[in-house]
This record gives sequence, structure tokens and C-alpha cells, in this order.
Amino acid sequence: MSKPAIKVEGLWKEYVVGHPKEQHGTFYDLLAGTLKAPLQRLRSLGGQIEDTERFWALQDVNFEVQPGEVVGIIGRNGAGKSTLLKILSRITAPTQGRIEVRGRLASLLEVGTGFHPELSGRENIYLNATILGMGQKEINRKFDEIVEFSGVEKFLDTPVKRYSSGMYVRLAFSVAAHVEADIMLVDEVLAVGDADFQKRCLGMMGDVARGGRTVLFVSHNLTALRNLCTSGLLLESGRPKALGKIGDVLNQYSSSRATGDGMSVDLVDSHPGKPAWVQRVAVSPKERNGNSHLSVSTAFVIQTWIEVRVPDIEIGVFLHCHDSNQNRVFSTGSFFNPQLSGMKLGAGQHEFECEVPGHILNDGEYTLDVMLVRDRHEVIATESSILSFRVHDEPLGVEGWNWPATGVIRPSLAWSYSMEKSTVCNSSSALPLIVPSATGV
Amino acid sequence: MYIKMSPNNFQQQYFSHQHRTVIEPARGWRMLDWRELWAYRELLWVLTTRDIKVRYKQTVLGAGWAILRPFITMVIFSVVFGRLARMPSDGLPYPVFVYAALLPWTFFSTAIATSGQSLVGSAHLVSKVYFPRLIIPLSSVGAGLIDLLISTGILLLMMLYYGVGWSWNLLAAPLLLLFVIFTALGVGTLLSALTVAYRDFTHLTPFMVQIWMFITPVIFPVSLVPERWQWVLYLNPMTGLVEGFRSAFLGRPFDLAGLGISFAIAFSVFLVGVAYFEKVERRFADII
Repeated sequence: MSKPAIKVEGLWKEYVVGHPKEQHGTFYDLLAGTLKAPLQRLRSLGGQIEDTERFWALQDVNFEVQPGEVVGIIGRNGAGKSTLLKILSRITAPTQGRIEVRGRLASLLEVGTGFHPELSGRENIYLNATILGMGQKEINRKFDEIVEFSGVEKFLDTPVKRYSSGMYVRLAFSVAAHVEADIMLVDEVLAVGDADFQKRCLGMMGDVARGGRTVLFVSHNLTALRNLCTSGLLLESGRPKALGKIGDVLNQYSSSRATGDGMSVDLVDSHPGKPAWVQRVAVSPKERNGNSHLSVSTAFVIQTWIEVRVPDIEIGVFLHCHDSNQNRVFSTGSFFNPQLSGMKLGAGQHEFECEVPGHILNDGEYTLDVMLVRDRHEVIATESSILSFRVHDEPLGVEGWNWPATGVIRPSLAWSYSMEKSTVCNSSSALPLIVPSATGV
Repeated sequence: MYIKMSPNNFQQQYFSHQHRTVIEPARGWRMLDWRELWAYRELLWVLTTRDIKVRYKQTVLGAGWAILRPFITMVIFSVVFGRLARMPSDGLPYPVFVYAALLPWTFFSTAIATSGQSLVGSAHLVSKVYFPRLIIPLSSVGAGLIDLLISTGILLLMMLYYGVGWSWNLLAAPLLLLFVIFTALGVGTLLSALTVAYRDFTHLTPFMVQIWMFITPVIFPVSLVPERWQWVLYLNPMTGLVEGFRSAFLGRPFDLAGLGISFAIAFSVFLVGVAYFEKVERRFADII
């Protein structure tokens, strides 16, 4: 048996995090804070490290990756996925543990690393490719391929600051896609560009994955993970929860997120510096009769509990709802309600509730992203794919009709009929409304 | 398996498919990995040329600034210190006297100012991809070399104009140049590492450079200081280098004792700078 491409033994990573930043409410506070800061800094230099907290981003992670394996790393925000990739790519050092990597490793933690706006596309290809670990000869050999894939031939000698954002991303991705390495670490690189380009990126990733290279892939796109990866590693608050076939790990991930009463999730505070954070999100039927079953006709509520650390700031909750194909079904914000817009919150726990009427969503699996927005424009926290819930099908109850009601949404629509010309029916009495809805209420 | 290879194969070894990398916690002092640095020489070259290219992008005069900057400084110094303050210049024409000193000094001060800021300015690289971090301050020092070469050309023209300096001493110039580079690297790497943790150095460095210039005999000759105290001046490595440049380009005898002190200190500064940099290198991504 061949030796593992990556072998991780007892990996721990600790971060020292400061206390939540003191907010400067008034000019006096600002002045006082600025004057006090150097003194505190000096005290901490003297060995007394007070105002700090320690946070274990990774705790006792052990795993092996065989050559040619494509591993999806799954977990919620703050679970330690990115930290793991950073340690593997040697950007940051582990606190404890040992890793052995066999072969050439390339890390694509973002596209366009080191791109300089003043330099031309051509110069940036060389710059970026060298930073990603390619040699001059290798770049010369692949230059035409890179240019062709990016589709920016005409602008090769234009400074990239004049590129459209689409061109910029395409050029950056093509360089990354042409890096030849035995092991590739990829972090959400696909989350760039328009839908069409994302599709091409996914295709490219598929080729890479099938090309026999070892790939570690972090993504929130569960569909992409399922299609591309052979195995998965599930991280939860820095600890490995599952390691195995991608299907099994994804199933465990989905089920691990729906715990407690009905469908809810409790988060750990991984952003101690932020003025507010999401503690808990829950989805439950509006009629609370002890039953957590959601079906297409059930009105349900999405509750978000947040903790605000700084008094008197405006924080709103914003939701994205995706279906299992990653289509965004709807997005909504608490401040869409004019009465909640501009509302200042005190320090402490707050609950926001969003009611979704019945007869909107079709049956299927849905995923929520929850964001906290300050002053209606600044996103201060993003919890992606934080909670999934299932909307169950309900028989239409129409005799003789055996097919499901397909479509992204499942509204209850009114049907009516009125007689235009009395040629259809002999009876002179027009038929009244035919209401029975398509949803079988 | 770990393959031992001949020195000219470092690069192949570092980027080979058999290469084994071990990642372990960073503790204590460690030696600079010269072989790894050598394997990444292409990146050093690419980043240096990037710095050079970017410096004069979208300027009308372009590389002309490399000629104008030291020249204008020389003219100002000649008027203010040479003409108005009547600063002694050991019997040499003041413009050429001050310019021979400005040559290493401008290179040195620009190098420590840019390399001091270089790591913080490259935070986006440091937090996204691995390479020996030393490459970043190295490339900012390297980018100044081209300016140094251009201004050396002007000095040679001035020597022709004033008819001074053509002697065998000129042969010492490359060695002195090497030592200026070492000193700049030492101070530059030290400052760049300190700036990552303590941004105070962003504000401190400009003052430091100013004060340093006045304790270095750039605008005045060492002979202004009583002979038995001159060794104190030479504790500043830049004193030996500036005086050395004057000796090399203006054909005066070398003060070997003073040069020795300065060289020893310059080399120590280099070792300390690089060692400190290596010690804290692995924490950069966490605190930058």
C-alpha cells in the first residue's frame, strides 16, 4: 500500500483573541481609549497577559489522506475548516501535533493572490503563478493555455485595474487552475464570478479531481461536495466528528444540524470581537402543538436569537433561503418591516421571528443562511448553511391525478371558470367558481 | 522518502513530487533555511521586478526619478550645508563630497523604510500562501539596487566633471556595496518583523531614519570629531560604509580600523535581524 499523501497526527491550534473591542461611543471615550491603549499594551508586554482569551480552533485532529483521494471538508462557520487548510499550506503553524505531506502542495485559498492592479495581465500571470509555486519554464509552457482559458487575450497588456471584475476573476482562476501539484488545497475558490463561470470552475475542479490528484476541498456548496469528493471530513467546533465516504459524512452533517426540538441549531461563539452574534436559529410550525412536522401547507416561523454585546446599536437579521440545488428561494431582512428598521437594541439577548406563510415552498430540503446587519448596510456576521429543514409533501387529494405538483414554489392558486359563449354546455346556468386548489387544502 | 541532492538541484528537490514536508509547531530560535530560500529565488526575482515596475508606473518621468531624487538632494545639501553653513569637506568639492555619501545613505534609508513596511503591505500574500517570508523584505531591498546603480553612474560623471577620485580604490566599491546591502537587510528585516507586531514602528521609522542620518557623516566629514572619539562614530555601521564609499570613489586612504568596527557591527546586525525574523516568521499570519 502506498504511503499517505497527508498524515495529520494530534493537531491542535490555539488562537489568542482579544476581548470584544471597546466601542467608542463619544469623542471622550475615543480619546480615553486611545490614551489607555498603550499602557495596557505595555503591561501585557511585561508578561501579564490579561485582556486575552484563548480559543482552540482545532482540537486533536487526526486523519490520513491517500494519494488520489478527493476529500471534502465540511462544517459550519468557525468549525476550523479554514484553519486546517492554513496549517496544511504552512501559512500558520500548529500549536501541537505533526503533519507529514508527501509531494508538491499548492494552496488555492483565494484566486488572484498577489495580483497587482498596476501590472498588466501578462505580468500578473507570471507574478501570480510564481507565487503559487510554478517555475518560469512551467509558466512559459502553460502561458497560452492560461490565456485561452481566461478569454482575456485582447487585454493581456492592459493593467488589471482596468479589467472588469469578471475578467479579473477569470484570469485569476485560470492561473490557479493550471497549477500542477500533487496535492491541492481549495477553499471556496468556486464562490466567485457569475453563474456561468462558476459552472466552468466546477467542471475544471471535476477534471482535477478525476485526474488522480489529491484534493482537499472546503465548500459550503453541498451539491458540489457530493459530486466532486470521494470522502469527507466533518469538523464541529474544531473537533473531527466524522471521516468516511462523502455521502455518509454529508448525511451526518445534515442530521447533526437538526437537533433539539424540531429543527434548531445552537452556535458557539467564534467571533468574540464582534458586537453581536447568532446564538440559535430555529424553524418550527407556527401552530405550536408539539408537532415539528412541516408540510407544504404549514405556516412556519424562523426564529433567530442573537446576543448583542454593545448597547444601543442597530442590528437586523437577514435570511437567505436556498433549495437543495442552491437556488436562492427568498431573502428577507427584519428591517424590511418599517417598524423594526432603525430600531436600536440594548446589550443582551434578543429574538427575531420571521413568519413564512403556508403554500409557498414546495416539498424539499431547504437551507438557511443567517446574517447580522448593522445599520442596514454593514454585514457583521454571516452564518452560511446554518440550518436545513425539510418541507414534506402533501397529497393533492385530487381523484385521478397522481402526479406531484412540481416547481420551485407551491402556491395555492385560485382557479375560476366562467362561460364565454354558451356553446359548451346546454345548460343555461353558468358554472360557479371551481375553487379546489392545486394543493388540496 | 527524503532525497539528498546536489546543490544545483535544490529547486527540483523543493518542488519535486517526492518531497516530504513536515509541519510542526514553531518553537524557539531556528536557523535560516538557506536551501529553501535558494529554491524560491525565482519568486524573489519576480517580486523584486514587480516592485521596480510598480514604483514608476503612471509617472511622467518614470525611471528619471531615480536620477533626479539623489541629484536634487545633493543640490539642496550643497546649497544649505556647503554654501550657507560652510560645512568642511576635507578639501574636496562639497557636491561630490556629499554625493559620494548620499549614494549608500539613500539606498540604505530607502531600503529600511520600504522593507520595514513591506510585510504589513503584503498581508494579503502572507495570509494566503506559503513561501519563505524573508523574500518580502529581501525583494524591497533588492528593488533599490537599480536606483543605486543609476546614481553610481551620476557619481562617476561628477568625478569626471570635478576631476577627482579616479584611483585603484574604486576596486573596493563592490565589497562596500555588498556590506551596505547586508546592513540594509539586517535592519530592514528586523524592522519589518517588528512592524507586524507593533505598528508603532510605522510611525517611528521616519524619525529613526532622520536621526540616523545626522549621526552618520553624510553632510559632515568624520574629521569634524576629535580623533580619539572617532571610534564612537564607527559603532554606527553606516559611518564605516559612508566613509568607505568616500575613500573608494574620491581616492582617499581607507580608515581600516574604523571600517573593521563598522563591518563587524554591520554583520552582527544582519545576523540578529535575520535570526529575529526567522523566530517570529511563523506567527506572522496570525497577527498581521
